[in-house]
Amino acid sequence: MESHVSGSPAGQAASALTVRGLYATRGTIPVLRGVDLDLATGEICALMGVSGAGKSTVLRAIAALQRFDDGSIDVDGFTLQPGAVPPESRLKALRRKVGFVFQAHSLFEHLTVMDNVTLAPIHAQGWTRERARDVARGLLETLGVVARAEAYPRQLSGGEAQRVAIARALALDPHVLLMDEPTSALDPARRGALGDTLLALAKQGRGLLIATHDVDFAQDHADRVAVLADGVLVEHGRARDVLANPTHPATRALLEA
Amino acid sequence: MVLGVAGRTSAAQRSAPPFRWGGDAEGGAPFVEADPADPSRVRGFDVEIAEMIARGLGREAQFVQVAWASISQSAERGDFDIGLSGIEDRPELRERQSLTIPYFEFREVLAVRPADRDRFRTLADLAGRRVATLGSTTAYDILLGEQPRLKLTPVSYDDDVHPYTDLIAGRVDGVLLDHIIAERRLRTLGGFVIQPEPVATGHYVGVLAKSNGALRDSVNAILRDRMRDGSLERAFRKWQVWDDGQANYFARAVADTVVAAAPDSPRGATSAMSYLPSLVRAAGITIGISFLSMALAVVFGIVIAAGRVYGSPIVRGALAVYVEVVRGTPVLLQLFVIYYGLSGVVRLPAFLAAVIGLGLNYAAYESEIYRAALEAIPRAQLEAARTLGLSEGQILRLVRVPQALRLALAPMTNDFVALLKDSSLVSVITVVELTKQTAIYATNIGSWVVPGILCALIYLSLSLPLSRFARRLERRWSLT
Repeated sequence: MESHVSGSPAGQAASALTVRGLYATRGTIPVLRGVDLDLATGEICALMGVSGAGKSTVLRAIAALQRFDDGSIDVDGFTLQPGAVPPESRLKALRRKVGFVFQAHSLFEHLTVMDNVTLAPIHAQGWTRERARDVARGLLETLGVVARAEAYPRQLSGGEAQRVAIARALALDPHVLLMDEPTSALDPARRGALGDTLLALAKQGRGLLIATHDVDFAQDHADRVAVLADGVLVEHGRARDVLANPTHPATRALLEA
Repeated sequence: MVLGVAGRTSAAQRSAPPFRWGGDAEGGAPFVEADPADPSRVRGFDVEIAEMIARGLGREAQFVQVAWASISQSAERGDFDIGLSGIEDRPELRERQSLTIPYFEFREVLAVRPADRDRFRTLADLAGRRVATLGSTTAYDILLGEQPRLKLTPVSYDDDVHPYTDLIAGRVDGVLLDHIIAERRLRTLGGFVIQPEPVATGHYVGVLAKSNGALRDSVNAILRDRMRDGSLERAFRKWQVWDDGQANYFARAVADTVVAAAPDSPRGATSAMSYLPSLVRAAGITIGISFLSMALAVVFGIVIAAGRVYGSPIVRGALAVYVEVVRGTPVLLQLFVIYYGLSGVVRLPAFLAAVIGLGLNYAAYESEIYRAALEAIPRAQLEAARTLGLSEGQILRLVRVPQALRLALAPMTNDFVALLKDSSLVSVITVVELTKQTAIYATNIGSWVVPGILCALIYLSLSLPLSRFARRLERRWSLT
């Protein structure tokens, strides 16, 4: 694994994700205008900004769900080039390295919790059913939803559904976990529980990049904060420093919201 | 539709109510056809007979267009005074309506392909084969009567062109019809021969409402006068249907030896029930066509929908054109094109043509249901599946289609019930299914009440369980 000194407070930890000069447009309107971002293994980074700042676009570009026009993305040795999204057949290695937890409605409604988690290991990776179910049961156990293994998504609460979505994203043991607004559907007690879960995942050696505008959540659980405004990274540093002493108007606006 | 008819109008005629007569101009010459010189008028020997009768009654003839198979029932309803359009004298018709004396004697003749001239000389030679004719005719009754003995298959048509084109094409091995029709088609189409030995003889009559015996008697007197004074002979000669047989028949008729044929023993409830087995058989055809067409529609509809969601712009455009053309034109037209229009390229059996026609038609509607259902699956699910490393094919097969099918179930069931009913359209390409069999039954007994109720009950017994089944399935899936 390539070692990368990012200048971030994470120091000498191995780099899980490197983004350089990321530039993306929607139609002719620039959405990202040169974003640099590093994520170390074992680290939780909160990607903050108001709605429309470009947070989701960053995550989607890293997960090869949408094209970008300039710059580069390197995930643990897998490099994405500017231009159209490559066909899935050339993204197999990336899919094992990056897990994605969507904001909502991403569970497969026609499958049980167990089948949601085991679908990709069995069909995309060719695991045996037994192995996939063992791994899934372990993950659901860790996330506290193993009792719901045979339930269908519409029978789950918002918090349960999210933990199942996390379990599903973790089934292939990715190094990088991307999460889009994970706290939006949760009450405050659940937010604390989610934070603990994410800390545990980071301790296992994963890098977590979390798009959120939830300042309390970032303050309590993130190691680092990067603030996006109008497609540019305007502030970047240790969570406590950035959120306690904001230097950029966008960060201040976020704190006041 | 009422068309004007040629004829001098005197003051007396103007005061009397018009003499309304019903016929089918689609039946064509020499009976009744639209005048090529003025399509708003009709001509033919039946037209001339109607005018002779009208003159005899001191009234003005007025033509009413009616589908041929409905003429007798339309007369009973009082839509017009008399039906004249090559109406055959049949015992069951004589029983329930007033008929004039016969004004023409025809022969039921057998037409075969020239190569079969020596092989198929009589009906008996056609044992085990398919023989075509018009539905609800004496010829059809003859074929039905011979069916058990000769094991031949009667094939009923709604017009008198396609029995002969299908004979030439090899879909049937013989056609049994009136010699007038056979000779007319021999002139216009050619390509077959008429066997000289007639299978039977029959008569054309005018048909009136049962209660209209008085007018019938006046018409009979006029017809006998016109036989005596040679006007009828002149009309038949003009239309080239006069021959020695006709002269003999007229001699007997004028001598008053032609009387109304004695009615057969009255038909009661037992004969009504005797139609039940044939209705049940026809229901089997309806079910078979419906299920097979739906299966084709589902498979083809999925292919079209997948092509429209995933295909290249060219594929998407071509499929959109297909869907719009199929949805924008009548299914009746599509059935005609597949069965008759393509017969030069591929000669499909009627049942198969019906299944393909309905199947391809419904595929267009199914594809729109599936396309909407595919597009209703949240994008987040599809993207989640991509980030999990599933291929496009796996996403379609494991994530998108299983959920789309659940969404499509209710509209699909509606379509299937509609298809069950639309399957009645295939009678236009000679498939005798439930509705057609009911119509035959109703024409034969002269009433739609019992056949209509039986037919409706059979359709309901098919469609109601289907709707219930779909509701149950939907409930089960919505709980999960």
